[in-house]
Amino acid sequence: MTPSAADLIRVLPEIIWCGFGVLLMLLQPFLKNRQGLTLFAMVGAAAGTLATYFGQMGSGFFGLVQFDTYSLFFHWLVGLVAFLVILASDSYLERENLAPAEFYALILFATAGMGVLASAQELLTAFIGLEMSSISSYVLAGYRRDSVKSSESAVKYFLLGSFATAFFLYGIALVYGASGSTNLMQIASADPGSNLLRLGLALILVGLGFKVAAAPFQVWTPDVYEGAPTPVTALFAAGPKAATFALLLRIFTTIHAATDFWFWAFWILAVVTMFVGNLGALVQTNVKRMLAYSSIAHAGYTLVAFAAVTTMKLDPETGAAPAYAAVLFYLLGYSLVKVGAFTIVSEIGGQGERYLTLDDFAGLGTRQPLAAAAMTLFLLSLLGMPITAGFFGKFYVFKAAINSKLIWLVVLMTINTAIGAYYYLRVIVVMYMREHKGDVPADAATSLSPTAAMVVAVVALATLYLGLLPNHVLGIVLSQDLILSAR
Amino acid sequence: MVPTNYYLILSAILFGLGVLAFVFKRNIITIFMAIELMLNAVNLAFVAFSQALGKPDGEVFVLFVIVVAAAEAAVGLGIIILTARNRRSLNVERVDLLKL
Repeated sequence: MTPSAADLIRVLPEIIWCGFGVLLMLLQPFLKNRQGLTLFAMVGAAAGTLATYFGQMGSGFFGLVQFDTYSLFFHWLVGLVAFLVILASDSYLERENLAPAEFYALILFATAGMGVLASAQELLTAFIGLEMSSISSYVLAGYRRDSVKSSESAVKYFLLGSFATAFFLYGIALVYGASGSTNLMQIASADPGSNLLRLGLALILVGLGFKVAAAPFQVWTPDVYEGAPTPVTALFAAGPKAATFALLLRIFTTIHAATDFWFWAFWILAVVTMFVGNLGALVQTNVKRMLAYSSIAHAGYTLVAFAAVTTMKLDPETGAAPAYAAVLFYLLGYSLVKVGAFTIVSEIGGQGERYLTLDDFAGLGTRQPLAAAAMTLFLLSLLGMPITAGFFGKFYVFKAAINSKLIWLVVLMTINTAIGAYYYLRVIVVMYMREHKGDVPADAATSLSPTAAMVVAVVALATLYLGLLPNHVLGIVLSQDLILSAR
Repeated sequence: MVPTNYYLILSAILFGLGVLAFVFKRNIITIFMAIELMLNAVNLAFVAFSQALGKPDGEVFVLFVIVVAAAEAAVGLGIIILTARNRRSLNVERVDLLKL
């Protein structure tokens, strides 16, 4: 049983990402130049993403991984996020005087893990992917070694993350016991009424709920996001979250068993997560922490679309395609915007991340008009205003929920969007209408560094593109194999 | 021959003890040991199911879990040492800089 060459090419992106990670660490002693390493890491991220071009569609490694357009979409998403985060980290690493090679290598290892998550067709493979991305993330969270906050963030992430992993794994064990297999296709054909199977699936949901920061499993999120180096926070908010959602969607699309169980689980998770995220964000004065709570709220919005997927599956005519499209479109727009927003926060934060409060953003409209304009665009996108990616993301989620007749969920989501308006608009008001209290500190950033400006520009263009011409991406999203198979 | 259920009940008890220790213990190292206990409870369940189903793959999964747990331990202990150095304490109640 040796895997064929086609199988190896199906995991070529992961091989390239890991290979470049190892090479980066080997190059560290010889290449002292930070920019050279940044460029090398970016080439690695891009090469891995482009390598998806060679993969043949189909299942590889005896059903362990499934290379389809769905996994292709998420490979592009996590590859793009890694590329942008590496570019955005360049000036941060210089400012904080941190070693670049391991940092980039860990980002690439984590990205490889996310790639495995996106294409895993078997639960233990998914577990390995989850751990690849998590273990790299634990180290990245504590990368500012001298900072008490950063190490605290790492220890909290590590303890709670491993705790969640244990639940996920116990769920796999029970599902294995109930169905005799860990392959999703074979689990799907097991007796759906089995209590052991249901318990196992519930534990898997708990484990993955931790990783996507769905309430009530979200307690770690604000602390970890606030303490981690800001570019790393951008990665956490975008990549692992999207990849874990990808796995969650694949698991419960394939395993039709217990659809009513999944529906209520997603319904309750969505409502609790939206309220916890938005109400938590209301009282924050630290912008980085506020964005952390906002990412909890966004996990809640995504879960609304998940609940819509479950009810639409029951409808034989339309199928769940629009709800799937809503999840994918939402995750794409959300991930990119979060990377852009955290990049600006990272630049405004200055050395040692000291200027993160709302007061430090006061008067930004006059001091740094471009950064303030970009930040405004990102916040409006997170809020869901028209002409931004967030608008169509939210629009499709709303539409899917209404089509599934989830009226209460739609009402609660609207209330939450209104709560969200308060804290997103507050930042914009502070940036443009309030003067900085006292003198601006001499070491505060006066402009975005060129690399960060590039990231911000790319994300801003992508936000407008998705907001003005959503049809192109929507077409790609709607042609997914997974969606077609679920019709 | 001991019935499979006995192993599964033992595994559930071990997992539950791990959860309780995770929630109630205050020392970071002890909490970390609680996580290891939970992972080993899972291993026991895998082996028991593997035996009951007559399939060898459950035992192979255990090897994977052990390898991942070792990687996690290596990284985790590094992080714990880092925190201990920055904080001069291993009590989680004193790791409280980041709060609402």
